[in-house]
Amino acid sequence: MTGTLQLNGLRITTGSRLVVNLTRQVAPGDVLTIMGPSGSGKSTALAAMMGTLAPAFRAEGQILLAGRDITTLPPHKRGVGLLFQDDVLFPHLSVGDNLAFALPPSVKGRAARRAAIDAALDQADLSGFAPRDPATLSGGQRARVALMRTLLARPCALLLDEPFSRLDASLRVQIRNFVVSRIRTEGLPAILVTHDAEDAHAAGGHVVTPLGEAVTL
Amino acid sequence: MITGGLLRWAPRLTLALLILPVAAGLLGTLIPAFANDANGFHALLDWPGLRPAALLSLTTGVSATAMSLAITLVLVASLWGTRFFGLIQHVLAPLLSVPHAAAALGLAFLIAPSGWIVRLLSPWATGWEQPPDLLILNDPYGLSLTLGLVTKEVPFLFLMALAALPQTDGARRMNVAQSLGAGRIAAFVISVLPSLYRQLRLPVYAVLAYSMTAVEMAMILGPTRPNTLSAQVVIWMADPTLRFQATAAAGAVLQLGLVVLALAGWRGLERLARRGMVSLARAGLRAHALDAIARSLAIGAGTVTAGALGLGLAGLATWSVAGLWSFPAALPDTLTLTTWARAAPDLARTGALTLGIAVTATTLSLALVLACLEAEHRYALSPDARSLWVLYLPLLVPQVAFLPGLQFAALRSGIEGHWLAVAAAHLVFVLPYVFLSLAPSWRAWDTRLSVAGLSLGATPARVFWRLRLPVLLRPVLTAAAVGMAVSVGQYLPTLLIGGGRVETVTTEAVALSSGGNRRLIGTYALLQMLLPAAGFALALLVPAWLFRNRRGMAVTA
Repeated sequence: MTGTLQLNGLRITTGSRLVVNLTRQVAPGDVLTIMGPSGSGKSTALAAMMGTLAPAFRAEGQILLAGRDITTLPPHKRGVGLLFQDDVLFPHLSVGDNLAFALPPSVKGRAARRAAIDAALDQADLSGFAPRDPATLSGGQRARVALMRTLLARPCALLLDEPFSRLDASLRVQIRNFVVSRIRTEGLPAILVTHDAEDAHAAGGHVVTPLGEAVTL
Repeated sequence: MITGGLLRWAPRLTLALLILPVAAGLLGTLIPAFANDANGFHALLDWPGLRPAALLSLTTGVSATAMSLAITLVLVASLWGTRFFGLIQHVLAPLLSVPHAAAALGLAFLIAPSGWIVRLLSPWATGWEQPPDLLILNDPYGLSLTLGLVTKEVPFLFLMALAALPQTDGARRMNVAQSLGAGRIAAFVISVLPSLYRQLRLPVYAVLAYSMTAVEMAMILGPTRPNTLSAQVVIWMADPTLRFQATAAAGAVLQLGLVVLALAGWRGLERLARRGMVSLARAGLRAHALDAIARSLAIGAGTVTAGALGLGLAGLATWSVAGLWSFPAALPDTLTLTTWARAAPDLARTGALTLGIAVTATTLSLALVLACLEAEHRYALSPDARSLWVLYLPLLVPQVAFLPGLQFAALRSGIEGHWLAVAAAHLVFVLPYVFLSLAPSWRAWDTRLSVAGLSLGATPARVFWRLRLPVLLRPVLTAAAVGMAVSVGQYLPTLLIGGGRVETVTTEAVALSSGGNRRLIGTYALLQMLLPAAGFALALLVPAWLFRNRRGMAVTA
C-alpha cells in the first residue's frame, strides 16, 4: 500500500524563529531532497514527520500519507520508515533477529517469518548472515541490513537522515544506488536529508531547503 | 504490563512511597515523645549519660564525614587519571557492597587486643604473651567507631565522586589550570572541586546523617558507657518492659535535632570553604609542593582504608574455619569446618529469609524505578531538584528518628513481625540506591535505538521490553545487586519492623557480636558479605554470558 506523501503547510518554529516551511508532494518512488547546512532545520523536519519532535518546537500544518492524516499519530502508528546516519542496528540481537523485530506480526508462522528474512538477506547479497553478530559486519553490510530492516516493516514512506555520510567514497556510491533502486522498486515516497550535493543529485528528485526554497545543483 | 495511564503516575507514586513512611514515622516518634507532659524528655534529661552520648554522636559523625570526604577528595585530586586510580577503583567498588555490620565485625577482629594486629606484633615487639587489657574496641572517644565509619563511607563517596566526575568537564579544566602554572592539587581545588562538590553534596549529607546515627556499627565498635545516643535509643526501644518507649522517642527527637544542627553547621562550613577557595584562586594558588605530600597521603589513606576492610574480612573468614587458635599465633593451629557444619541449619534459615526479603524489596524497587525512568522518557518529564531531595529523604532523616514511629504503626496494624512488613520497610532504603545506580545509564541510552524501534512499527511497550531493557540489562542487574546489598545490610528496619522476630544474617551477626563466639560471628558476617557479592557476580556474569556473541554489548568503560 503505497501512496503520495503530502506536506501541507508544514511550519515549525522554535521561539519566534521559523526553521521549517514546506508544502510539497512526494509521489511513490520519488525522492524529495532537503538540503542545507547543519542546524538549518533538516533534522527538525524529519522529526516532525517521524513524530518525535522535541517539546521546544511548535509545528503547524498537515502531513498526509496515502491519504491518511498522520500529523498527530504516535511514531509507531505512522508507517514511516527511517534510516539514520549510522545503521543503528540493535546490538543485542543477531542480524536475523534485527530483521525479525521489523517484520510485522501479520507474517505468521516460524517458517514464513524465516523465509521473509532469508529473502530480504538474499536481496541485500547477505545470504546466510542471519545468525551473525551485527558488530562483526563491515560498514557496507551493516548499512544494507539497516535498509532491509526498514523495508521489512513495510513502511508507506521512507525518511533518510544523511544515511550515506559515514560511508567511505566507494561504498557510498554503491549503497546509495542500492537504496535508491529499492525505493523505486518498492514504490515508496522518500525524503532524503543531506548536505552533500552528490547525494541530492543521485536521488534524482526535487531539492529544497528546509524553508521550502528550491535548490539548483 | 506497563500501560500508559498508570505509567504516568509512577513518579508521583514513588515519591509518595518515600515521603509517606518518613513523615508518618516522624509523627509516630514525635507524639509519644511529647505525650504525657513530655515525660519522655524528663526521663531523657534525667539520664546521666545524655551529654556524653549526644556529644559522641556529634564528634564521631562529623569527624567520620570530614575524614571520609577529605580522603575521597585527596584520592581523586592526586590520583585521578593515573594507573593507581584504576586499581583503587577496582578495590573500593566491591567494598561498597560489604554491609556495615560485617565491616565493623571485621575491623573489630583486626584491632581488638587479641586481634590480628596485636598478634602480628606479639610477642616479639610488644612482649605480650596474653592479650593486653586495653580498651581499643569500644573506646570511650569513639575512635574505633570513627575508623569503622570511614572505611565504609570512603568507598561510597569515592564511587559517587566517580559518577559525578564526567559531568564536571574536570579533565580539561585540570589541563587548563595546570597549563596556567597551578600544581595538581591547586588545579583540582580551584577548577574541579566546586562543580564536583555540588554533585557530592547530597551524598555527603547522607554520610553525615548516617555516621551520626549508625546503630549497628556503634553497637559493635562504639563506646558502651555511655553508648552513642542512637544505640541507646535502640536499647531503650528493645526493653521488653516497654517502660522506656517515651524516653526512646524523646531520644530519637533529640537525635534528629542534632543531625539537623550538624547539617546546618556543615552548610555554614561549605560557605566558608567556598569563600576560601575563591580567595585562593585570586591569590594565584600554585602549591606545587603540596602535590607530592597529597600523593603519598592519598596512597596511604587509600591503602589503609581498603586494607583495614580487606584484612578485617579475611580475619572473619579465618575465624570461621579456625580450630584451636591461641594468642599470639598469627594463624590458627588447625583449620576445621565444624563451625560451619554446626551453624549450617541456622545459616540456611536466616540466609533464605534475608534473601527473600532482599529479592522482594529489590524487585519492587526496580519495577518502580524502571516505571519512573520510562515515564520520564515517554512523557518528556524533567525531574527537578526537589525530587532528588525526596530521593535522599530516607537517607538524610536518621533511621532512628522515624523507624520507632513506623514500628509503632506496624504494631498497631498488626503487621509487625511479618517478613513482608520488613521487606516493605527495606523498600524505603533500597529504592533510592536502585534509582541512583540505574538512572545515569538509563538516561544515557541512545534514543535513536528507541526511534528506530518505533519507526519499525513497534509500540513503546515493545521498545521497552525488547530493546531498552535487554540492551541495558547490565546496569539494570547492577542496580538490582546494589539494591540487594542495601537490603541485606539493613539492621534497624529489620530489628524494629520485624519486632525482633524476623532474623536475618545481619540482625544475627549484630546480636552475636556481644557474645564473643568469634567463629560463629565469622560465619554470619561472611554470609552477610557473600550474599551481596553473589548478587554482583551474577550482575556481571549473566549479561556477559547472554551477550557472549555480541561484541556491540561488550563493556566499554
